[in-house]
Amino acid sequence: MAEQHTLEPDDHAPTTGWVGASVLRKEDARHLDGKGMFVADVIIPRTREIAFVRSNMAHATLIGVTKPEGHAHQVFTAADLGEIDHLTAGPEIAAFRNTVYPPLAEGRVRFAGQTVAMCVAGSRAEAEDLADQVGVDLDPLAVVIDAVDAMKPGAAKVYDSWQDGAFMTSAVKGGDVKAARGKAKFSVRRQFKMARQTCNSLEGRGVLAYYDRRLDELVVYMSTQGPHVMRMALAQCLKIPEHKLRVIAPDVGGGFGGKNRLTPEEIAVVALARQVDYPVRWIEDRREHILASAHAREHWYDITLHADAEGTFLGLEGEVYVDAGAYSLWPVGAFAEASMAARNLPGPYRIQDLEIRNFTVATNKAPLGPYRGVARPGACFVIERMVDELAHEMGIDPMDLRQRNIVTAAELPYTTVGEMVLDTGDYPASLRGAIELINSDAVRARQKQGEPDGRRIGLGFAFYTEQSGHGTAEWTRRKSRVVPGYESCVTRMMPDGTVLLLVGIQSHGQGMETTLAQIAAHELGLKPAQVQVRHGDTGISPFGFGTFASRSIVMAGGAVAKSSRQLADKLRAIGAKLLQCAPEDTTLADGQVMSGSGGVSFAEIGRAAHVRSELLPEDVDPVLEEFATYEPSVSGGAFSYATHAAVVAVDPDTGSVELLDYAVCEDCGTMINPLIVDGQVMGGVTQGIGTALFEEIPYDEQGQPLATTLAEYLLPCASELPRIRVKHLVTPSTFTEYGVKGVGEGGAIAPPGAIVNAISDAFKETGAFFNTTPCTPRRIVAALDAARDAHSSHEVGA
Amino acid sequence: MKPSSFEYQRPDSLAAAMAALAGQEATPMSGGQSLLILLRMRMTEASTLIDVSRLPELSASSLDQGILRIGAGTTHAAIEDGLVPDASCGMMARVAGGIAYRAVRNVGTIGGSLALSDPAADWPVCLLALGASVVVQGESGERRHAMADFLTGTFTTLLEPGELLTRIEMPALPTGSRWGYAKLARKHGAFADSLGAAVLPAGGDPRMVLGATMEHARLLTRSMEALARDPDLGWDVLAPILRDDIAEADPNADAYRLRCHVATLRKALLQARGY
Repeated sequence: MAEQHTLEPDDHAPTTGWVGASVLRKEDARHLDGKGMFVADVIIPRTREIAFVRSNMAHATLIGVTKPEGHAHQVFTAADLGEIDHLTAGPEIAAFRNTVYPPLAEGRVRFAGQTVAMCVAGSRAEAEDLADQVGVDLDPLAVVIDAVDAMKPGAAKVYDSWQDGAFMTSAVKGGDVKAARGKAKFSVRRQFKMARQTCNSLEGRGVLAYYDRRLDELVVYMSTQGPHVMRMALAQCLKIPEHKLRVIAPDVGGGFGGKNRLTPEEIAVVALARQVDYPVRWIEDRREHILASAHAREHWYDITLHADAEGTFLGLEGEVYVDAGAYSLWPVGAFAEASMAARNLPGPYRIQDLEIRNFTVATNKAPLGPYRGVARPGACFVIERMVDELAHEMGIDPMDLRQRNIVTAAELPYTTVGEMVLDTGDYPASLRGAIELINSDAVRARQKQGEPDGRRIGLGFAFYTEQSGHGTAEWTRRKSRVVPGYESCVTRMMPDGTVLLLVGIQSHGQGMETTLAQIAAHELGLKPAQVQVRHGDTGISPFGFGTFASRSIVMAGGAVAKSSRQLADKLRAIGAKLLQCAPEDTTLADGQVMSGSGGVSFAEIGRAAHVRSELLPEDVDPVLEEFATYEPSVSGGAFSYATHAAVVAVDPDTGSVELLDYAVCEDCGTMINPLIVDGQVMGGVTQGIGTALFEEIPYDEQGQPLATTLAEYLLPCASELPRIRVKHLVTPSTFTEYGVKGVGEGGAIAPPGAIVNAISDAFKETGAFFNTTPCTPRRIVAALDAARDAHSSHEVGA
Repeated sequence: MKPSSFEYQRPDSLAAAMAALAGQEATPMSGGQSLLILLRMRMTEASTLIDVSRLPELSASSLDQGILRIGAGTTHAAIEDGLVPDASCGMMARVAGGIAYRAVRNVGTIGGSLALSDPAADWPVCLLALGASVVVQGESGERRHAMADFLTGTFTTLLEPGELLTRIEMPALPTGSRWGYAKLARKHGAFADSLGAAVLPAGGDPRMVLGATMEHARLLTRSMEALARDPDLGWDVLAPILRDDIAEADPNADAYRLRCHVATLRKALLQARGY
């Protein structure tokens, strides 16, 4: 909400109660000063820059590559990269069709933008000059651009040997959908499409690699969400022993999922660094990012919702097609998409009869990867649109229909038909909170009154749950190749009593340097300014999986709490000896171990533990360093949730949409830092607005992407945003440290549902159906025209 | 994307710039907000860029005896911020403030925009509606063109290689004149789907202009004549006339684009009429 009391990292007194404090982000001091250090800012002498030669065809046989005369030593193809072990990427499921994705094309290209060769020069501009001169001889093949068409008999194929066009076909089933169908008074069937997007982090991908002769190690600076896991994969595919490979993620300017996959450019650059005696760097530009980074979202749905005469949901059935692109990216590509979409389709509603067939289809497009929300923006869009469609058909208020079907607080924990355990909270209260926050009555009054400029007002809502901080149980259920079941932390106190946290996660904008410092400060009786967080460097931190899946505050926050408490125990033991009291009679505050009115500073304890071991108790080892790993006691995930409400004004002539208001009533359990939670929510909503109204990579018949710059790929900017208002409900989790739940992805999940519901509401009486994101002006006008045509043909028919 | 290498020169006088442009394969660059992007994307090439953005002869503006002169090197931001005299009853400042993003406006110039003649640009529409002319410095001296003549097509004008657009001139809009300007774009700063301008000069004939067509901004002559005959002409009567004008100005527009054109022109006229 608007008014928040914020704190500097060092101005809080007393030094307790940091959990829940709106501390200003420590990392912002350098970022606001333009003093961050991203891969492009790293200065290593003699670094040469790389430009990739990319396929300009969507599907073709690669006949040959011609290097420009006199520059052959600066141009590298697959044959020049030395031995590379192509990693198997995809879920560990027998039915999944594995593919080989070589870092530079071998014999075949399968999407426009695929890497064919790399050129090295003193500057990027000169490398691009070279790339322009490389000849790529391609013989075109039939192109696959539509996931639904690709599954029809006789369709062209991306992989010749496959029986059909799918990487994988499966179904999510539960209960008896046939019976539900039989009992239904209403069966609403609709089709939906969510367009292809890319994450568009401010900083694109980037990698800089060189051999450090003194340490006999290959050093890789990489803009990634998980340096440890990337090191593991790079070591495997390039056959480098892991102790001779160091991956450093410096400042990372956003990832949103896309930087949680190992991509061919990264492998190629590191492979090249093995064999040249100079550092090499590639910085992805925006065109490459839109063309060939991990794409996201593209889903197609055909769904039927069954309900009885009172609107009680009975069952859900249909199909989901995921357009997965040409390859799978290590470790598991986009192969959580289809099942996550299917499992999340029932949303928070009592639906136990479900049958969703899903198809993860290969097309001649860039490979799909995860993007903030992963599959759930699609699932939420579809179920929340379906709820509104059914309500319209029944002639009742969609929010009444939601209240009738949503799981109540008394029913929690509730096991969904997708076998997710919705743990704690009050979902109906969130619906009511959003209605109140958006001031529904006033919007309805304004809507009734009409606008002087002829625009139509619409009000829409959408609810979602966000699985967060899930561990071993959930990831093994998904047959994940890597099971991120824990996070780790070393809490190290220096001789002067200051603290360093070494963590395996990687903050790429989440403010973890602040929130993790708050947790350690909270446990140790320090100020966040006295705690330094080190992440993103495999050379200094313990193994961890990185930041994704709304997991870091649960997992890494827990690990920090646990290792810091271990350290607190040791401090108290040493302090007690120095104070001549029992450890159980001590407390930590203000950087001291206290007992009664006496206290001994952490600096004194640090001195004893490091350089004056004669002062230590007999059973206490020197050095103040504690390591812990942490996984919540329940590893199926803690579920955050929210209701989003959107108010739009739509011009019926041009289809222009203005977002007049946006409200979020959310519950992510205990908030470590409410200021950062607000930022996460607002950032997520902004990206969700992009999905709802702006972002799309369309392809033409030849498989050429029609959006390759920000002139065609539209991102919402400040001018497009309403004031996003956030209200917090706080229901602590019962099985995480402090009761936290993850919050990173949620904001991005509901906007397509809420906004398109609002647009639909604006034209409720026309019968127009809005089923595609982004809901562009052209699509809105087309839907209104279609409704008008259908209406007039009805009249003719009658 | 990075550009191929090119020579860069910044002459310090108009004479020196003209000499530089005459002697070699040279491309004049003003703010560079379009040209540099095209070079970076390698959609165009230049062996030598002659930076004219800081020529003193191109930066002076004045309002003298009812004639406004704006140096071609004037930035959009300078106009937006009222740093040059206004003779458009505030129209130019308003239009300038809607061009792309502030970072672009800080550097991009009015002359550069006109010389590029991007169909989706704002200045051709606005200046056509204000009855402006451009002054071109050629080998044999200065010449003037009315905006309507100067704009000849998509990215083409009457400018010949080696010539420079030096300033814009226009008669001051009489006090009490009214104007309207409407832009339809997917988002702020994006390329426009339609641009509509209406100027109702006090005591003069109305002017209406359509932009963001497939070619270049056009005066809508039938509508202007109809409005000259009856300034209070109702929308029902005007609309079919406007549609004819639009069909001529943008013959290849699809149905959606036509709707956008009608919408911007209607909005511009409503604004100008004070609704």
